[in-house]
Amino acid sequence: MLCQSCGKREAVVHISQVENGKKTETHLCTVCAEENGAMNLFQVPNFTFHNLLAGFFDPETMFPSSGRVTTKVPVRCPNCGLSFSDFRRLGHLGCNECYETFDNQIEPMLRRLHGSTEHVGKKLNANVDPKADKHLTIKKLEEELQQAVSQEAYEKAAQIRDQIRELKNEL
Amino acid sequence: MEGTGVSLKDIIRKTLSEWMRGTGPENDIVIGSRVRLARNIVGIPFPAVASDDQLKFVANQVEQATKGVAEFLKEKYDFIRLNEVPPLDRQLMVEKHLISPQHTENVKNKAVVLRGDEAVSLMVNEEDHVRIQVLFPGLQLLEAWQLADKVDEVYAKSLNYAFSPKRGFLTSCPTNVGTGMRASIMFHLPALGMMGQTNKVIGTVSQFGLTVRGLYGEGTEALGNIYQMSNQVTLGRSEEEIVHHLANVTQQVLTQERQARQHLLNHRQLKVEDRIWRSYGLLANARLMDSIEAMKLISDVRLGIDLGIVKNLENRILQELLVMIRPAHLQKLVGRELDPNERDIHRSELIRERIKLASNENK
Repeated sequence: MLCQSCGKREAVVHISQVENGKKTETHLCTVCAEENGAMNLFQVPNFTFHNLLAGFFDPETMFPSSGRVTTKVPVRCPNCGLSFSDFRRLGHLGCNECYETFDNQIEPMLRRLHGSTEHVGKKLNANVDPKADKHLTIKKLEEELQQAVSQEAYEKAAQIRDQIRELKNEL
Repeated sequence: MEGTGVSLKDIIRKTLSEWMRGTGPENDIVIGSRVRLARNIVGIPFPAVASDDQLKFVANQVEQATKGVAEFLKEKYDFIRLNEVPPLDRQLMVEKHLISPQHTENVKNKAVVLRGDEAVSLMVNEEDHVRIQVLFPGLQLLEAWQLADKVDEVYAKSLNYAFSPKRGFLTSCPTNVGTGMRASIMFHLPALGMMGQTNKVIGTVSQFGLTVRGLYGEGTEALGNIYQMSNQVTLGRSEEEIVHHLANVTQQVLTQERQARQHLLNHRQLKVEDRIWRSYGLLANARLMDSIEAMKLISDVRLGIDLGIVKNLENRILQELLVMIRPAHLQKLVGRELDPNERDIHRSELIRERIKLASNENK
């Protein structure tokens, strides 16, 4: 049997899915399966999948209440092993990596809880390491310097050069 | 307790946390200001999920970091493993609001860090790996935030915090993510209570994204008219914004409470005076006193002090009493375990003695 995705290689991965009582079978080669994340459904958090497999592990698809296509829910956090249903049951996450693993599910929740999804408060690195901050500034100024030179704005370029020199001396 | 007033004074001195001194701005209404920051360490599961070894690792890291913090800030910071602390002493910390009640359960690998004056405390391996708390007397929210920020930054030198530029500080519960900050005000609202206006004020406040609940007692009933008001939102606002917002709403509540006090003086003076002196009489003379009654009476007398009706007592005495009359403190004072009946006896004795002592001081 040939792979349903590329139609070139031998299909070795066989996936059966039962939806609305209707059984669908998908046959893929290792390369396409790898690409689609079918090989490591249990490890890769943000696997992208073909339309025909969309929502493979979504409870909404497995126990459909409507005909709409919903987003995929990763099964477990690769770092701590917490599942999304654990989170729903316990009300807390397992580790900092859960925030990435379940990002799609957490975002609407944050919007409901806080009316916002983006942090605007205290930043960690800028406060901890002033040197890191200076490196960033230097990098930015160097880009500006290039730009100024290419625009033949030499007076401005000289100013920026002096600024960079000063910052480098401080490091 | 059998001793003279001097020994009681000594015990009180040893028991006092910074926030219990009854000082600070607006201390006729605001008891204390608290800022708490939740922090976690990268890659290690949050305490509810972590293994014993992982929790031990966190505790050891914080212990090491604390040495650095003490050295850097040139202040006394003690790292205390809770399994090495007797249960009664853990309870004392709860009664002083230094740690949460949950932090005294399953104490293996849990720890506390206390600054000498107890204005700064850390809970290690509670809901998050680290919770830094600053508790000041009176309305000093900005000051509390600034100190928490400073302590946080020194810890960040040695602890590898879990932080994402998009979501901020990552916490066990998404309700704390972002700043990880919970700022709160503890205040005493007796006049609003007497006029039956408290629920109206609380209802209004909750429309501003703040939560109000009784500091003591479960559910809606607030014992002793003491409430705690705190921010709900931790994401999408800066720490300063959160603090200013809370301080602004606090000012509104203070205005309401002051107006209610003025109204009582203008329209019901005799009734209010009568109630305050009756409560004073009970506190100064009763032979049995449960904590619910004590809290109600203390609230009345405190109002009496604020209104200038009771002159031989100070606010801070009642502030201390609020903590001293609680079960663990009473048992520590007496030096043995007490059943509830015995506690009522010793509680009344403590209150009588303390009032007598304070009256003598003021003569």
